[in-house]
Amino acid sequence: MTIGEIANVISADVVCGEDFLTREVPGAFGSDMMSEVLAFANDQSLLITGLCNSQVIRTAEMMDMTCICFVRGKMPDAEMIKLAKERNMVILATKKRMFDTCGLLYEIGLRGGGK
Amino acid sequence: MSMTIKLHFDVSGEDFTRAGEASGEVKSKLRQIGVDPAAVRRVSIALYEGEINLVIHAGGGEIDVEICPEEITMVLTDNGPGIADIEKAMTEGYSTATESVRSLGFGAGMGLPNMKKYTDEMKIDTCIGKGTTIYMKVKL
Repeated sequence: MTIGEIANVISADVVCGEDFLTREVPGAFGSDMMSEVLAFANDQSLLITGLCNSQVIRTAEMMDMTCICFVRGKMPDAEMIKLAKERNMVILATKKRMFDTCGLLYEIGLRGGGK
Repeated sequence: MSMTIKLHFDVSGEDFTRAGEASGEVKSKLRQIGVDPAAVRRVSIALYEGEINLVIHAGGGEIDVEICPEEITMVLTDNGPGIADIEKAMTEGYSTATESVRSLGFGAGMGLPNMKKYTDEMKIDTCIGKGTTIYMKVKL
């Protein structure tokens, strides 16, 4: 499923990366702890998180994750958006909470991208 | 690729926003010279974990990376407080991170175990009150 389809399902705004909405997402990983992401996530996944700082972008970069969705109404700042744009990442933002976001995506067939 | 490439970075302990810059540059360099993607990822993650540790535990430090045809070596040095109990520090879930660090998404106690997991060799030299040096190697 594509990033665009995901954004629709979870009512997310596209904060940056509008050119990449047709990118396929094979799996997703939801966590507020970046250490967990580094230990367990697979590449080319969607990162779903309520943690909102620059290290989220850096962690996603290290894990080759190409799309980040911030939940609970969190919005990245200008520095984070700049980092994401430089790395051709898509940032989505939804007001929905972590549980609902993950549940909605699981319902339409997205599965966990974790080892 | 027949030559050795050496990279050096000074990591500031003051700026959490910039933590990860060195690892990002190393990753770009490795991709640019055509290193196997799986190895690039292992180096990137191990180095990033180490770089974050330099910032949140050690007050900053230095990173030296040597890229050879057969292997990539990473050395991270600091003049921080040292590691009191290496065995405990290598245990998943154990962390000496402060509350403010945990609120930034780190301090889950996975850093050193991750570094060991993603590399082929890892050695820690530490002295309380003087600092720590971590050596890691990823074979190509």
